[in-house]
Amino acid sequence: MNAVELTGVALARGGRTVLAGVDAHIAPGEFIAILGPNGSGKTTLLQAILGLIQPARGEIRILGQKATPGAATVGYLPQKRGSISDMPLRGWDFVASAVKGERWGLPRIKAEDRADIAGALALVEATGLAARPMAQLSGGEVQRMLLAKALLGRPKVLLLDEPLMSLDLRFQAGVVALVRRIQKDLGLTVLFTAHELNPLLEAIDRVFYLAEGRAALGPVDEIVTSEMLSRLYRTPIDVIRLPDGRRIVVSAHGEIDIHAHHHDL
Amino acid sequence: MLITTIFDYDFMRTAFAAGTIVAIVAGAVGYFLVLRNLAFAGHALSHVGFAGATGAVLVGVAPLWGLVSFTLAAGIAMGLLGERLRGRDVAVGIILSLALGFGVLFLHFYTSFATQTTSLLFGNVLGVSIGGVWNLFALAVAALVGLGIISRPLLFASVDPEMAEARGVSLRRVSVLFLVVVALAVAEATQVVGILLVFSLMVGPAAAALRLSNRFTMALAISIGFAVAQTWLGIVMAFVTDWPPSFWITLISCLTYGCSLLVTWPGRARYRKIVARDVAPAP
Repeated sequence: MNAVELTGVALARGGRTVLAGVDAHIAPGEFIAILGPNGSGKTTLLQAILGLIQPARGEIRILGQKATPGAATVGYLPQKRGSISDMPLRGWDFVASAVKGERWGLPRIKAEDRADIAGALALVEATGLAARPMAQLSGGEVQRMLLAKALLGRPKVLLLDEPLMSLDLRFQAGVVALVRRIQKDLGLTVLFTAHELNPLLEAIDRVFYLAEGRAALGPVDEIVTSEMLSRLYRTPIDVIRLPDGRRIVVSAHGEIDIHAHHHDL
Repeated sequence: MLITTIFDYDFMRTAFAAGTIVAIVAGAVGYFLVLRNLAFAGHALSHVGFAGATGAVLVGVAPLWGLVSFTLAAGIAMGLLGERLRGRDVAVGIILSLALGFGVLFLHFYTSFATQTTSLLFGNVLGVSIGGVWNLFALAVAALVGLGIISRPLLFASVDPEMAEARGVSLRRVSVLFLVVVALAVAEATQVVGILLVFSLMVGPAAAALRLSNRFTMALAISIGFAVAQTWLGIVMAFVTDWPPSFWITLISCLTYGCSLLVTWPGRARYRKIVARDVAPAP
């Protein structure tokens, strides 16, 4: 059974077709990077996998089940996040606020929920941050707390929407390494959107690339090439091979970061 | 003894009963109001309530029910408009003024209402009747049961709306239901501190509590505790000085919040260090 399965999927937003004819089979335990220029439908695709948007055509299945909002098998880290700088809660309460948060009633935290929270905090190596106020955490530490929230209830599929955005380079590498380790330990399937390719290249198994209303899965070797990326982002991009076999993506204007040059489609 | 003297009077006993009921609701609802950055929504609802209260008197209904129906209608409308109200301060302000304007018009047609107007605007906890206490109790039960039912998704949606929505929480439904609860709480608070001073009961204690604790349960308890304490102290001081209780409650609310600003969390110095480290240019 596939972790995520899209069959003949078309997605529309505000009457406009964003993606069409998408077929993808993602196996359990795969680490997938979702690439594509701004406006290519990355967030729309994630929302459809979450069941928040119904496909105009086709079908999306998560571990054999039709995608529905609130499915316990899916963990999600949204791209847009409320302001953390004035969050009046400490780390533990911040994470605890999401425990079974879709149910009505009093936010009582039972013993099993405490174990769930402690486990999620331990997974992201944030046990020591639990007593600290959220407003005092650094960008990388906040990202770990958010990841802990996404891991509550131990989902099997993890959707991360731009988790590297607005992080320093050293924090970016740290977040990717952390997600990779958790993914391996728990056998998770991870779908990860990012503008910044370089921190991801060594971690990913396959690439889900989106451009001009189409989307397809491909191996890293085929997609992360100068030719493919230049076509995808419509700007000259070079992929340089280092002597040790690693790749570095460089745009023609000499900057590492593709998103500094994106042209809105 | 002062306390025994105070409780010799019926009106003082009812004032304490009414004040306690209202303070518990205001402290609990206020916590979420401040957490959601909706402090001014409470203020706005109370202004709309003024038109309802004066209008009710004009048609021969008790002002409390006019107040409740208008704040409820306005709360539902605000919840439904939701995001579209953000940044529309001018529009909201004009609607509020209009509500107060209608209140003035209704008063104009019902001239003998002048003394009650002061009670409506600035509260009159010492004038609450036994029947009034039961009305407040019924409203309080409705508000607290409502808050209890929605509190879990409300907390989730207040802390992280995007994640809550992805998990199937309807942000609009939660927002509308919460503003219904706020409307009930505002109507209650006006019975103690009046329409113009609702802030002092609903926002002051909660804002101080959020500064003093970053644990959800603890902050909620502190918020309720402060609201109750400042109401009791306000009524006692009014008894001692013969000054209006609303004055004392607003003063104590302000002092409490002021003191909370002086308290520094351990680790605040560390926070400054982190900020300095993060913004420092690379060597």
